[in-house]
Amino acid sequence: MGDRSRLCSVWLGSETGILKGVSVARKQAFNFCNTSHLSRDQELRVLVWGDPAESELLAGAVDGTVKTFSTEKGEFTESRTCGDPEDGCFTGLAARGSGLLTASERGPVRVWREDSTEPVLELDAGKNVCRMRLSPVHPNRVATGGKETGLRIWDLERPEEPTFTAKNLRDDWLDLRRPHWVRDLAFIPGGDKVVTCTGFHQIHVFDPASPRRRPVFEAEFGEYPLTALSLPAAGDTVVVGNTHGEVAMLDLRKGLVRGVLKGLAGGVRWLQCHPTQPLVASCGLDRFLRIHSLEDRTLLHKVYLKSRLNCLLLSSRALEDAGRDTGTGGEGPEVKEEEDEVWDTMETVWEKPKRKTGEEEEEPQKKSKTGEEEEEPQKKSKTGEEEEEPQKKSKTGEEEEEPQKKNKTGEEEEEPQKKRKKKRKA
Amino acid sequence: MDVTEVPGGQSDSGKKWMKRTPKKKKGGHGEKRGADRKVEEEEDEKKMETSEGVFPPNFSVSEIKNKQRRHLMFMKIKQEKRKVKLQVKKKKKKEREALGDKAPPKEVPKTIENQRVYDETTVDPEDEEVAFDEGTDEFSAYFNGLTNPKVLITTSDRPRGRTVRFCEQLATVVPNAHVYYRRGLALKRVIPQCVARNFTYLMVVNEDRKMPNGLVLCHLPDGPTAHFKVSSVRLRKEIKRRGKDPTEHSPEVILNNFSTRLGHSIGRLFAALFPQDPQFIGRQAATFHNQRDFIFFRFHRYIFKNEKKVGIQELGPRFTLKLRSLQKGTFDSKFGEYEWVLKRHEMDACRRKFQL
Repeated sequence: MGDRSRLCSVWLGSETGILKGVSVARKQAFNFCNTSHLSRDQELRVLVWGDPAESELLAGAVDGTVKTFSTEKGEFTESRTCGDPEDGCFTGLAARGSGLLTASERGPVRVWREDSTEPVLELDAGKNVCRMRLSPVHPNRVATGGKETGLRIWDLERPEEPTFTAKNLRDDWLDLRRPHWVRDLAFIPGGDKVVTCTGFHQIHVFDPASPRRRPVFEAEFGEYPLTALSLPAAGDTVVVGNTHGEVAMLDLRKGLVRGVLKGLAGGVRWLQCHPTQPLVASCGLDRFLRIHSLEDRTLLHKVYLKSRLNCLLLSSRALEDAGRDTGTGGEGPEVKEEEDEVWDTMETVWEKPKRKTGEEEEEPQKKSKTGEEEEEPQKKSKTGEEEEEPQKKSKTGEEEEEPQKKNKTGEEEEEPQKKRKKKRKA
Repeated sequence: MDVTEVPGGQSDSGKKWMKRTPKKKKGGHGEKRGADRKVEEEEDEKKMETSEGVFPPNFSVSEIKNKQRRHLMFMKIKQEKRKVKLQVKKKKKKEREALGDKAPPKEVPKTIENQRVYDETTVDPEDEEVAFDEGTDEFSAYFNGLTNPKVLITTSDRPRGRTVRFCEQLATVVPNAHVYYRRGLALKRVIPQCVARNFTYLMVVNEDRKMPNGLVLCHLPDGPTAHFKVSSVRLRKEIKRRGKDPTEHSPEVILNNFSTRLGHSIGRLFAALFPQDPQFIGRQAATFHNQRDFIFFRFHRYIFKNEKKVGIQELGPRFTLKLRSLQKGTFDSKFGEYEWVLKRHEMDACRRKFQL
């Protein structure tokens, strides 16, 4: 279990309560769940890293429990009740040092310390909270937003009043109040600004430093509610997804659509951009995990995971190399060592005139065959030795097909040639 | 001497006509002896034949501008192809007969269903996760026997003619169905009232120019909403050799070919329309057959004549459905979350890939 969880570079929470880990390089998905009995109460809503070293995951479930999953061991280590199911499902989770910060749909934002059943601090963030996030720069700043409750930025040291309350947009041309519904928000790195996406297909950027409480920037995309938002590592763009499965990259300076990522068939539930590489992972109601490249908008990976997916988490290590590092790095020197051993143990074959009963000659042939067969699958994982592979394959293919019919002297000549070639490379 | 060869470069297809012009000229002279004429004609023919083979390599029939000549060339090419095909067939048949028992089995012809691209979401019957997902989804109350279906059928506002009759006939097919006139009411307000009156399904037939063209099927407590495009509707009197009207017995439901995960969801959606225990006395069967993403609905009455033969009579309306979107939650087209949306340009690009 532990080695499987160490391979995984993407973690997803599903509606059936199963935590799924996907290793993109190996194209495998693993299910990690508590016991063989599953229940819909355990539907995972939010996934967050427990610590900066990314060895622990915190998963928030619908029934109010927060489970800790260790990626090293590959199992759930503890579970704590942080809230009632009546408060609604978790809409935000964050790890603060040793404690936890949770937010539920209808209930307050609570700060919990480790090993305590009572919250240390409670903030009333409004009636319907759709998302809560902790600022990556200031560990005391929390932003919340929801349906008909605007964006509010709180300072945890002064929980009575928010430090910033956003004002709704101006009334429209009929002087009617504009409805607003914050579905997802994110802190823009390198500053105080917050970008939000709404259920009315708008994207706003708020700047608490400016005296303006209305959004500093506004853009629109599509006709359907935007459900997920993410900021890529390279600044000035934002990736949003809506309920129809349209994922687009928007420019935050002008508000133009830079490009649309195609492929999703169902509503997007969670988007996350990789912290260093230009990749974005998306999951949604169509039960697929998709990883797109942000530069050319192509689909890089698509994995079918059988339940509807609620949330996802990317690990900071590079996705492609995750599998390779543990795989071929270890295999490289091992292969060479085995090669030398194989060649040392084989008998040296001298050119002999043709004989009918060449049993001694057949033995080294067989040894070489098995040795080569062993080496082939290992060598396939290596890059850069592609030239040898077709040659080898053809030679071994010929030898397997006509082991005894082939000219024995011919084979003997090939082997010392191969030996010479390999020794040059090794 | 008399033969004036028309230069072969210009008219590639003018073989027949090339033959005629020298003949005409010969006919004009009329003094030559018959034998010479024949010899010359043969020479001409030979020359024509050799020049027939000299066509530019990328020549296609469509480059000929003259319609009659083009048609003739095309007919010739077709005949040659047919000849070759017949020869190959004969040869194969001979070989087959010659081999007798050892003949290789007949090759299966390629059809689009044969060549279907394998869909990774195809449900494996032994998959536990999918079984759990299906066991606890919105239909679990029906499949566990806790609720009985009760269907409300209505239309878009101010229906006319065919749509009204279609709804009436649907109500006879689906047991425990009630048709109500839509008085311009908003669906979002209709739904809570239906839930209060214990309805389990809401079917809205959309009409365009007096013909039904859409169907919204909404599972009620908080179930998924499917939107279909309806085509090819045949009412009872348009069906030839049909039986008498269906009785009140609950029919058996046959769901064919719903193999992917999405297909499973839709199949369950249809299955939950009918009561769980069919009344075999009624000998009626409703079939939802999925082929190439189109769902064909038929309603039959069957009778077993003896152990091997069954006679069927088609009753009831017949229509075809194509899924356009599946939305999680009750009808809310603006703010609802869609589980699947048909995106034609992306999904219909490959002819061999199907979603259901």
